[in-house]
Amino acid sequence: MNKPLRRIAIFCGLLVLALLARDNWLQYVQADKLAEHAMNRRVPIERYAQPRGDIIVDGNPITGSKKVDGDDFKYKRTYKNGPMWSPVTGFASQRIGATQIESIEDRILTGNDDRLFFRRSLDMLTGKKKEGGNVVTTLNAAAQKAAYDGLKTRGKGAVAAIDPETGAILALASTPSYDPSRFAGNTNKEAETFGKLDKDRDKPMLNRALRETYPPGSTFKVVTAAAALEHDLYTDIDSKTRSPLPWVMPDTRTELKNEGPIPCKNATLREALRVSCNTVFGKIGSDLGKDKMLETAEKFGFNEEQFVPVRSNASNFPKEMDKPQTALSSIGQFETAATPLQMAMVTSAIANDGTLMEPYMVRELQAPNLDVVEKHSPKEMSSPLSKENAQKLQDMMQTVVNEGTGTKAKIPGVTVGGKTGTAQHGLNNSKNPYAWFISYAKTESGSPVAVAVVVEDSAASRDDISGGGLAAPIARDVMKAVLDSKK
Amino acid sequence: MSSSTTHTSTIGAIGAPSRRNTELALLVFAVVIPLFAYMNVGLAISGELPPGMLGYGLGLGLLAGVAHLVVRKFAPYADPLLLPLGTLLNGLGLVVIWRLDQSERLQQLAKASFGAFSPSAPKQLLYSAVGIALFVIVMLFLKDHRVLQRYTYISMVAAIGLLLLPLVPGLGKNIYGAKIWIQVGAFSIQPAEFAKIVIAVFFAGYLMVKRDALALASRRFMGLYLPRGRDLGPILAVWAMSILILVFETDLGTSLLFFGMFVVMLYVATERTSWIVFGLLMSAVGAVTVASFEPHVKVRVDAWLDPFNADVIQATGTDQIAQSMMAFGSGGTLGSGLGQGHSDLIGFAANSDFILATYGEELGLAGVMAILMIYGLIVERGVRTALAARDPFGKLLAIGLSGAFAIQVFVVAGGVMGLIPLTGMTMPFIAYGGSSVIANWALIGVLLRISDTARRPAPSPAPNPDAEMTQVVRP
Repeated sequence: MNKPLRRIAIFCGLLVLALLARDNWLQYVQADKLAEHAMNRRVPIERYAQPRGDIIVDGNPITGSKKVDGDDFKYKRTYKNGPMWSPVTGFASQRIGATQIESIEDRILTGNDDRLFFRRSLDMLTGKKKEGGNVVTTLNAAAQKAAYDGLKTRGKGAVAAIDPETGAILALASTPSYDPSRFAGNTNKEAETFGKLDKDRDKPMLNRALRETYPPGSTFKVVTAAAALEHDLYTDIDSKTRSPLPWVMPDTRTELKNEGPIPCKNATLREALRVSCNTVFGKIGSDLGKDKMLETAEKFGFNEEQFVPVRSNASNFPKEMDKPQTALSSIGQFETAATPLQMAMVTSAIANDGTLMEPYMVRELQAPNLDVVEKHSPKEMSSPLSKENAQKLQDMMQTVVNEGTGTKAKIPGVTVGGKTGTAQHGLNNSKNPYAWFISYAKTESGSPVAVAVVVEDSAASRDDISGGGLAAPIARDVMKAVLDSKK
Repeated sequence: MSSSTTHTSTIGAIGAPSRRNTELALLVFAVVIPLFAYMNVGLAISGELPPGMLGYGLGLGLLAGVAHLVVRKFAPYADPLLLPLGTLLNGLGLVVIWRLDQSERLQQLAKASFGAFSPSAPKQLLYSAVGIALFVIVMLFLKDHRVLQRYTYISMVAAIGLLLLPLVPGLGKNIYGAKIWIQVGAFSIQPAEFAKIVIAVFFAGYLMVKRDALALASRRFMGLYLPRGRDLGPILAVWAMSILILVFETDLGTSLLFFGMFVVMLYVATERTSWIVFGLLMSAVGAVTVASFEPHVKVRVDAWLDPFNADVIQATGTDQIAQSMMAFGSGGTLGSGLGQGHSDLIGFAANSDFILATYGEELGLAGVMAILMIYGLIVERGVRTALAARDPFGKLLAIGLSGAFAIQVFVVAGGVMGLIPLTGMTMPFIAYGGSSVIANWALIGVLLRISDTARRPAPSPAPNPDAEMTQVVRP
């Protein structure tokens, strides 16, 4: 009976061998795939097993962590003044997931980043618990508060403020907003809260400063003016332009109209910007042609997504259009659309004497012991206009604030330049227009802040809506907050 | 007795060394390793040495010591590896069961489903003690395994009785879709675990008598020996029995185990490959037929084919296979370390059917391979015992028991690793469960008894009183 016995022995050996092979396949070949499987709760358990690192503004955390009892996830995220900061932080929810900085810098915040590996290994040997690192932002708490408070009283809107010299984002506000603390945990109630917010018609979770594009209206005229100067269509801002009134758009019989009876016939560039002449800038656009306009717009950052490091939508300046469309686009209508961040970038490039700095809002990443893991160094993105032309444009924008449509942005003792915008939207201009204001402040030591404000106020009556009236005061408060904090 | 030093092979027909001291040295390892593992779990979970360490070490040491002394006294030539290997697995099992007792998640689950949580490790230690006691009883009362031949048909009746017990109304208990438990007082028993040994005795006894008839009286057809109709009877009966177990108790594992064991023993007894072909054909027919109309089995096949599919998880009501595979995956090559994994996500059977997943996650690929090798060694020692046994009954019994052991390990480990459909049996020795650990200690006892008989040196010939008379004395 020994021969079949030996065969049975071999058979048993094969059984064990099959198990060994399967185990190797499972635990070696498939290991990573299984360890990171979407159904695998270990990943979120690990993520929330210790307090998450903080997001820091002006040296103070705007986030926190709270211990939760009786759940797999030990700590949940808390937010200080969540609605104000949510466009900056995004959210980290145990049930839903994470967005924006919470998601992009997740590995630093959880302490899992490879750059923390050495430290982690040391902690493991000394038996110290794992900790998360911090994300230090460039934001200015006072400016953010001014922006958020200003918007809150006016309904929907957004503010983006940039330090023109470095590209650091100082304020990023959006209303209506939401409090990410309300659904940070893992309960059904929190999931419901999220569901309601997600379906809310006012879109409180939309980050309007980065992710919504609006027709920029007259604020886009500064880009058209920059194109005129850069392409030598006009060189002197105080000599008369060749601008008839009324002006019929080329190849059409349609007249381009101004808002009211304003002195636009052969107006100088300075005068045309001061009173916001559609005819003058429409004609400039059409005279330059779409290629030159497109070139300048793209140098300012149009038609490209920005990563700050949170992604912003690409602003749009159309690539294919005929002459009248070019004219319309050049006064911020037709298909031209910009995010508040984009218009803040335009303003900052002008305020910074023609150099556009790459916008960013994460100054540095810190290890749990506050060692710097990564530091952002300001980078030049492009130079849409020369220093000389930039200063001419500043001169024009300062006229707008001092004696034009933007007087509500005046700050005593400070040089302020700006531009209003009232953008039509809706079919046949049926909806309430958006009120825009872009501006910068300047002191002897340079320009510390450029800001773009958009207010989409459907509650206000149509005639009250103007960039100068609704948006300029917010811009002024934000600039003032930045100037005050510099003192 | 250990005077023979000329033989180096572990199992020789005659004159093997007893190797009792080897066994003792190995037992020290088998007790110390789990003790270290226990320490490791305590340090990992609470940062301090576990409180019961001394008692636990003494308990395991005592059990191993008693078993060793009994073997030394009553089966001095028994295989020296089986006892240490069983002790090591039993010890590691206790550690991991204790580790899962510490899981808050499982404690909450227990409170939610049964109203209270009671730790399993102390019970398992008690079961292990009962198991060792049964082992000792086997050693003391079974002086020679050949005695069991006398109980061939009684065994058959007993085995069928044990298998049918769960179907008795009021006694049987349906837990999670399988009717394989009976409730006796506060204890649940899986009679199939014991039936495994009893039925091996019946098969061995029956086949020993019938093997010649089964092997020789057959017609040749297309290269295969077709058995005679009347010889086919018992095989058909066993086949029908496993199908019945499958249908009425929805116990895929036991059914597979019995039929597999029977085919193995039949093949060894008759030395005819045709029996294997018949066996495989019949099990295939049975399995496919049952799987196509028995929902419990069908669902398990679905869960095996696509464990991560949301619809399948919905249908089975559990994502245990997916969880088990993710536990293995998260362990990777070296594992997360004892006490530091999340295998408790598997849920209610984490410390019984699915316990191997905890080894996978916390000890990694290296740990699971080691465990599988230990199982492989136990089977290998069992087969060696069968080879060395000098009587056909002993050979058949030993190969039946070790074959069943191998099939059980394969079926359970293959199930939790997603290699084959899950069947719901326990990993011998390491899984929580009284019946399993007790029955497997008895199985080791019987194997040790056979190996003792096999390795015992032949008695020196008795002096022949006639020898002197007939001797030619030369002057």
